[in-house]
Amino acid sequence: MNLGVIVFPGSNCDRDVQVALSPRQSGGEPSMIWHRENTLPALDLIVLPGGYSYGDYLRSGAMAAHSPVMRAVVEAAQAGIPILAICNGFQIAAEAGLVPGGLIANENRKFICRDVDLRVENSDSRFTSGYQNGQIVRYPIAHHDGNYYADEETLNRLEGEGQIAFRYCSADGAVTDADNPNGSSRNIAGVFNQSRNVLALMPHPERAADSRLGGCDGHALFDALLASLS
Amino acid sequence: MRARVRITLKDGILDPQGKAIAQALGRLGFEGVEAVRQGKYIEIELAETNHVKARAQVEDMCAQLLANTVMEEYSVEVDG
Repeated sequence: MNLGVIVFPGSNCDRDVQVALSPRQSGGEPSMIWHRENTLPALDLIVLPGGYSYGDYLRSGAMAAHSPVMRAVVEAAQAGIPILAICNGFQIAAEAGLVPGGLIANENRKFICRDVDLRVENSDSRFTSGYQNGQIVRYPIAHHDGNYYADEETLNRLEGEGQIAFRYCSADGAVTDADNPNGSSRNIAGVFNQSRNVLALMPHPERAADSRLGGCDGHALFDALLASLS
Repeated sequence: MRARVRITLKDGILDPQGKAIAQALGRLGFEGVEAVRQGKYIEIELAETNHVKARAQVEDMCAQLLANTVMEEYSVEVDG
């Protein structure tokens, strides 16, 4: 199994996700791929990790979306290769058009770093099949620009097509404004592309993958994903 | 030629920074500030000397990189 983590200048969760994926796969560690590469090796999974690529210049993810490697990433996505885009990876994926919508500044204008409860909205994907629909999972968030925006037509389409993966919710699963940390449209924390081979989410499953570091709710995501690839 | 590009969030999208500026202006005693929208301003020096071509080039830059038209709108002025 060949896994690749794209590393941009300013990525800072690249190693975390490498570690989260490493003990669970037989084929060795995921390879780290520098953003200036023009081509990709044959990969079974591509991760766009969290961080602050290019110092968030212009817009979060805007510069990285035009890195040389992203042309190959977009082609891989179109060919059906699974892509997991986390936090800054979500911003990059949105800027590159891999998923609909975009991320703007948090409604409260603050950087938010804390654990949040998420409701699994669609377990019918290679990323979320380890969860039940409606299950509550707890991942950390750490972002300033995590406020998901899409126009009403797009939001309705996402709902209709089952493209909403996770929503921010209360501990008992209620989706309310009070449990929306950043002002995201319809409490959306993560979305799929139409064919569900791309998952883009603001919360960090790789930071919820070690019992010594605050929880293991992310294990089920990585386990299901790797099982789907083998 | 010089192009000037202004980029703001689309109308109807909450602009948290603009809102904070409006509140700060109120606290400073400026009355009647009904709304503030904050955005980006970008100046671009172009080798192109044809006005129409320069504008088309900058519009293309906006669509591809300078603005994200999912949530932003832009205006372009070309002079020189």
